[in-house]
Amino acid sequence: MASTLLSLASATPSASLSFHEINKGKLNRGCMNKEKTNPFIKAKSFGRVSMVVASNVSRFEGITMAPPDPILGVSEAFKADNHELKLNLGVGAYRTEELQPYVLDVVKKADKLLLEKGENREYLPIEGLAAFNKVTAELLFGVDNPVIRQQRVATVQGLSGTGSLRLAAALIERYFPGAKVLISSPTWGNHKNIFNDARVPWSEYRYYDPKTVGLDFEGMIADIKAAPEGSFILLHGCAHNPTGIDPTPEEWRVIADVIQEKNHIPFFDIAYQGFASGSLDTDAASVRMFVARGMEVIAAQSYSKNLGLYAERIGAINVVCSSPEAAARVKSQLKRIARPMYSNPPVHGARIVANIVGDSALFKEWNAEMEMMAGRIKNVRHKLFDSLSSKDKSGKDWSFVLKQIGMFSFTGLNKAQCDNMTNKWHVYMTKDGRISLAGLSLAKCEYLADAIIDSYHDVS
Amino acid sequence: MIISRFLRRGISTSTSPTRRRSWWDHVTPALKDPINAVTDAFLADPCPYKINLGVGAYRDDEGKPVVLQCVREAEGKTGATNFLESTSTAISSKLVEESAKLIYGEDSDVIKERRFAGIPALSGTGACRIFAEFQKQFYPDSTIYFPDPTWSNHRNIWGDAHVPDRTFHYYHPDSKGLNFVALMDDVKNAPDGSFFLLQPCAHNPTGVDPTDEQWLEISSLFKVKNHFPFFDVAYQGFASGDVERDAQAIRIFLEDGHSIGCAQSFAKNMGLYGHRVGCLSILCNDKIQAVAIKSQLKQISNTMYGSPPIHGISLVSKILSNPDIKALWLKEVKVMATRIQRMRATLREALERLGSPLNWQHITNQVGMFCFSGLTRAEVDQLAKEFHIYMTHDGRISMAGVTTKNVDYVARAIHEVTASDRDIKILHNIGAYKVNTDICSTSLGTKKTRARGMNLAL
Repeated sequence: MASTLLSLASATPSASLSFHEINKGKLNRGCMNKEKTNPFIKAKSFGRVSMVVASNVSRFEGITMAPPDPILGVSEAFKADNHELKLNLGVGAYRTEELQPYVLDVVKKADKLLLEKGENREYLPIEGLAAFNKVTAELLFGVDNPVIRQQRVATVQGLSGTGSLRLAAALIERYFPGAKVLISSPTWGNHKNIFNDARVPWSEYRYYDPKTVGLDFEGMIADIKAAPEGSFILLHGCAHNPTGIDPTPEEWRVIADVIQEKNHIPFFDIAYQGFASGSLDTDAASVRMFVARGMEVIAAQSYSKNLGLYAERIGAINVVCSSPEAAARVKSQLKRIARPMYSNPPVHGARIVANIVGDSALFKEWNAEMEMMAGRIKNVRHKLFDSLSSKDKSGKDWSFVLKQIGMFSFTGLNKAQCDNMTNKWHVYMTKDGRISLAGLSLAKCEYLADAIIDSYHDVS
Repeated sequence: MIISRFLRRGISTSTSPTRRRSWWDHVTPALKDPINAVTDAFLADPCPYKINLGVGAYRDDEGKPVVLQCVREAEGKTGATNFLESTSTAISSKLVEESAKLIYGEDSDVIKERRFAGIPALSGTGACRIFAEFQKQFYPDSTIYFPDPTWSNHRNIWGDAHVPDRTFHYYHPDSKGLNFVALMDDVKNAPDGSFFLLQPCAHNPTGVDPTDEQWLEISSLFKVKNHFPFFDVAYQGFASGDVERDAQAIRIFLEDGHSIGCAQSFAKNMGLYGHRVGCLSILCNDKIQAVAIKSQLKQISNTMYGSPPIHGISLVSKILSNPDIKALWLKEVKVMATRIQRMRATLREALERLGSPLNWQHITNQVGMFCFSGLTRAEVDQLAKEFHIYMTHDGRISMAGVTTKNVDYVARAIHEVTASDRDIKILHNIGAYKVNTDICSTSLGTKKTRARGMNLAL
């Protein structure tokens, strides 16, 4: 039987019936047809075995293009533009005053040290590099935080913020089936995709108030209160993406009150620790305040921006539990989720972070570089605000530029106005009105102010 | 107690009382991964001459992990520019192109016509998982057929993607070889258009590979049944020592016109375990379809972790695209594969020299890193407890863990546990064995004595 098949295979041209056709039951008996090109030729049989003769049709025939990523699309359009004054305020990747990408000195040093050490490339444990997990939790919660001393934090190394969020989403799906995650309106575009693919239902809470170009605090509180008890509330620890609008410390306290009241669980996404204020500790204040109240908290970290390690994909998921025993169980389940996703996390980025944070000299250097980067952004905000205030005679309040924090600013421009920014002024930004200040230099602030003023007043 | 004190201190401004509860009470401890559990047990064992034959990571003849010279050279050439996100895309594309050339053949039509959709992946696991999610998305009612047995993580990967699995006959426990007739039967009886996972060389865990003739027949039957072949390629180069040879199964399928899918891992053959570098590719009708499919694969990975880390990707792409470094790599792969082949031969000879009545041919018949020893669970446990030799419960031995220095001990231990009636004389003849037991801090001899009622003087 087997040899018959073998001779058949060599006698007939390479062929396969399309999956589609087989499903329609078009296999027929008859004589051999040697046609190669028509994919929908009926199958022929030879003895007990049906031999199909047709040219190859992929079973993935009907697959369409996935929608393009809106943020990356901006960069592509920018590249295609030849105008000399063009400005890319799309992607949130830090640029120097010369608008060049920046590799932190401290990262270069750590990378060089790794090369010299020549350590092996063996698998990390599923939960990641122990030295990294230790320092990342300490960085977020504070070295002396009781939750760390009491071993109440389940920390697992993740693939940057995205990967860490996905692990948490999978944990929620598995252990809180049907529970919703509430995300801010607006939020980082990938949040929805992550929860969708993890099959976790989500809904939005009001956040951005276009009237004030600030926080819709009452709306936010009302929506969190209205959510079914035991929902997960996704909060940006600092430097909200895309708006740049953070709650004040007092507002954070009220948010914590409401979350406790409704027995919700706070779920922090901390992608910019150090980048908002320039201080790692200050930027962790919101998370630490929740933890200090004894709440059980989920917190995803990323080192993409604050260490510029975008491409190395290094981050962590932390779950602060009420007991070390619960933390151990949760950690084991996070591992159980990670193993069929990628087995164990990548070693390189973890070693770099562990070396930098774990070495006092390098850590100090990192703090200085971060202050420099955050400082540049603050300066740019000030220059932009000054330019807008002095050039705009309408009396419009542009102070939101100063109040907002971090890499991004929500300008309050609508889609038509954003299009004007691009089409008339060659300023590239996302259509929600977000500009990335990391891509703005002091030298270009006046030009940008002109563009914004023109778009705001002369376009509706 | 600490917690409630903590709470009271913490609630300064809040007026509402909190209900003390843990969200995680209902979370049970996860079962340990069977392979990692072996490593854990090994690490916890204080015995100085313990041997880890569990995880499939290559070791040199000193039992040490190896960083390949080609990796060091590639690393010397790459630098901090890796961290720039602008270069990431170019490097990733290069990785995919080179990986596809490696597995499909530089001169293959699919390469020339660019009829493949590929993305870098987090080693083999990551590539399989992205494919499983892709399969679920576009064929939501499909299942996946695994060889019986297969790598333990395959089931979890497709399981977490919500794709149910079935098995097809593969390993024949009597012959310790391939159960070809039953395999073909199962392939024939599966519904037309089923998805199959195939390992093209160095099958994990059995080391049993079909011959070229058998692959030809399997490929034919696949054509008749219009099955989708998905290849998990974790050991290209490791089976025979020749990367082209090890890709034969795939080349056969390609010639037969199958549009396959392929997960490639560079963990073993480049020693890049911890860097998580691999590639997922799916063959398509044409370039246009390739672009569409790639966009879908990218979207799946974007919501799982973004993209794989650039360090490993740039190493592999450099190694494969630089002719000198690639030549060095091919030599080093041959060295690794050859050492394993030598250890297979040595282990088998040692067992035969010991006068074992059992048939140990399968040790040299089987291919690649693993040997399916045929040892029972009880024997595996005994090897761990009494001889401090660790392997997975199914009796899978990672030959990479066998060295010139320990092969005799391993042979004797296996001989010991598989003997139903072993004479004490033979034990006394094992000079080196006795010396080893003197050094060991756990009283190996005493344990054995208690267990077996023997008097082994230490």
